[in-house]
Amino acid sequence: MKIGVYVCHCGGNISEVVDIKKLTSSAENQPEVAVVRDNAHMCSDVGRNLVLEDIKKHKLDRVVVAACSPQFHGKTFMDIVEKAGLSPYVFEMANIREQCSWPHFNEPDLATKKAKDLISVALAKARLDESLSRKTMPIGKRVLVVGAGIAGIQAALDLGDAGFEVYLVEKEATIGGKMAQLSRTFPTEDCAACILSPKMADVPANPNITLFTNSEIEKVSGFLGNFDVTINKKPTYVNDQCVACGVCEEKCPVKIPNEFEQELTTRRAIYVPFEFAVPYKYLIDESNCIYLQKGKCGNCKKVCPHDAVDFDQKPEKVEVKVDTIIVATGYDIFDAKEKKVYGFGTNKNVITSLAMERMIVHEAEGRATREIGKRVAFIQCVGSRDEQIGNEYCSRICCMYATKLSQLLKRADPKKDVYVFYTDLRAFGKGFEEYYKRAQKTGVKFIRGRVAEVNEDSKTGKVAIKVEDTLARQIIESEFDLVVLSVGMTPGAGTKQAAEVLRMTKSPGGFLQEAHPKFKPVDTLNDGVFICGCAQGPKDIPDTVAQASAAASRAIRLMNKGIYAVEPITAVVDEDLCSGCATCVSVCPYEAVKTEMKDDKRVAKVNEILCQGCGSCSAACPSGASQQHWFMNNQLKAMVGAALGEEEQ
Amino acid sequence: MIKKVELTPENDRFINKVNELSGEVVTLCEQCGTCSGGCPLVSEMDITPSQWMRLAQLGLKEVLDYKAVWVCASCFTCTVRCPRKIDVSKVAEALRQIILRKAIDYIDLKAIPKEELACLPQIALVSACRKFTG
Repeated sequence: MKIGVYVCHCGGNISEVVDIKKLTSSAENQPEVAVVRDNAHMCSDVGRNLVLEDIKKHKLDRVVVAACSPQFHGKTFMDIVEKAGLSPYVFEMANIREQCSWPHFNEPDLATKKAKDLISVALAKARLDESLSRKTMPIGKRVLVVGAGIAGIQAALDLGDAGFEVYLVEKEATIGGKMAQLSRTFPTEDCAACILSPKMADVPANPNITLFTNSEIEKVSGFLGNFDVTINKKPTYVNDQCVACGVCEEKCPVKIPNEFEQELTTRRAIYVPFEFAVPYKYLIDESNCIYLQKGKCGNCKKVCPHDAVDFDQKPEKVEVKVDTIIVATGYDIFDAKEKKVYGFGTNKNVITSLAMERMIVHEAEGRATREIGKRVAFIQCVGSRDEQIGNEYCSRICCMYATKLSQLLKRADPKKDVYVFYTDLRAFGKGFEEYYKRAQKTGVKFIRGRVAEVNEDSKTGKVAIKVEDTLARQIIESEFDLVVLSVGMTPGAGTKQAAEVLRMTKSPGGFLQEAHPKFKPVDTLNDGVFICGCAQGPKDIPDTVAQASAAASRAIRLMNKGIYAVEPITAVVDEDLCSGCATCVSVCPYEAVKTEMKDDKRVAKVNEILCQGCGSCSAACPSGASQQHWFMNNQLKAMVGAALGEEEQ
Repeated sequence: MIKKVELTPENDRFINKVNELSGEVVTLCEQCGTCSGGCPLVSEMDITPSQWMRLAQLGLKEVLDYKAVWVCASCFTCTVRCPRKIDVSKVAEALRQIILRKAIDYIDLKAIPKEELACLPQIALVSACRKFTG
């Protein structure tokens, strides 16, 4: 066996702390090490070629690179080793940057000793590496997109236009998501409906997109290139003969608060969600329909000229097979009732920013739904940056939408007094600072201070706020006609459901976790599953759309070639040792292990495509029968031995 | 007159002292002002609670010259509302402790006339002893 060891200086990141000379001379004395080299940047062309040439010249059969995290450059060197004609899995990386020189920058001697040990550990593992090879599998061009807000719509259209077959599933009766409710969009003030509705109309017009509205993902099994999806299509009680003539609505006796309008108006039990809904078709709200609840009424069915009302509709299960999945399940606004000091829900003059969006739309259309009043206060960070209610994160959009709403109000009526009470004003995006300045020019008053409490004057109905101006150090107590709570984002119910059905990892705030925050921002730890938009974390519309297109392109990257490579790091069962207890079956998060009969004996069998190499089964196996390629028991033992400085066996 | 302030290791020592006595980390305060806005006694104070947090964050000992921490009733309104979950009243207590540990007598009990002493409420007397004597 001939091992090559390469030590990287990382341009000083490592060499300024760790004594490289000591590392190389110690590595030279290790058994079976044939070549030891160091370089300022092993990841550079020069560094890579060193490895490539050495493998050929010295006939190396193992390579150890001591540099940064394998997360960072592991693939770089595996590709080089493969290019030289070896298995990419006869390569090991000793992380002497993130796990050594960076944290131990003030203890160079100990850091050098640790780096030596880390290299010894990598060598111990490398000696026992198997020549594993990647398998290739065929893959089709079918994609499931979950959620049809602006993120899901953008991803679906990109994929559909590129010739991929898309199943777009939306739990609401219409596509469009939260963006459909907005008045205008910051910082350009495009009308949200005007820019969104053409995109919504493109969805049913695209021959490659199959749209399921009023539907949810019930079950997903399988794996990249072979997902089986069960879609639960809930009944709308209106069939496809509906032409949305509206006769039914006139005769429906039920009047309930309209959720799309943030309860500022009412709707009937049979209704169209909003004027540019897609599909533009009526549906019956089952829980509020008198006929569906009590078996009486049925007015809509009687008057429908197209016989479109069908009370006998049942939930329908649709099974589809897809190759990749994009999760775009979005967010819910923070429930302001949780922040009790602001009195939302008990005081009618305390509203959410989303209600203000609708009020501005109604005003602009000349059908005002309620009086805004002369004095308006916006309270920022409601449900964001607040550990008392459990949300530590910043929701990123509230500063700018309050900047937008406040100046729209002020411009529509310059006599209004509009105040924004903020914790920090974060105008980080393109054109945001300029837009903030425009609001200041318009006459909106920005006051730095988080409002401590909101109190109602029971006689006048006015609302008084108490806040410290933290710049002037004055306590302000002032009355307003209307208080607008700039509510933050929380992971939507759909996002929580998707995380459960797809067994996805969540970040501390409850949003879905990306595979790497910088380099794999839309990938997830589940192969073939991508995320975009506010399901991944709070973000504005431009970022959401960019991420949606990124997710589509990452999915296309996997599917376009028609084949994909599968990592050989999978579990392997020693059938002689296996007792068939099926502990592995119960702990496997990917449903990759099943038991089967072999020679009258029940044994565990691993599906190498499904297995993600997480190691749960190997750890749980009571008889030591389950091991994992590239992390075999003898390798782990050798690594521990090397770390403890034991003599080689 | 605007006073110039220097930021030296001495300031860090003061920050550490406040942190040690309060069990809180004053530098985590984001200066949102929630504590001051909701403080029921702020109108009686010479600086606001968020100001003593800020002065402590900077390690400025002049925070000890203000009377505000003595007005604080430890009602914990600030503590239960702080979005960073900082116990602001504990920080006030730490600042009071630093002052008390200087062991300076601000009142002379012997100088109080006996007839006045007889009619002073006991609780006021005890707390005055705690606050104003070393």
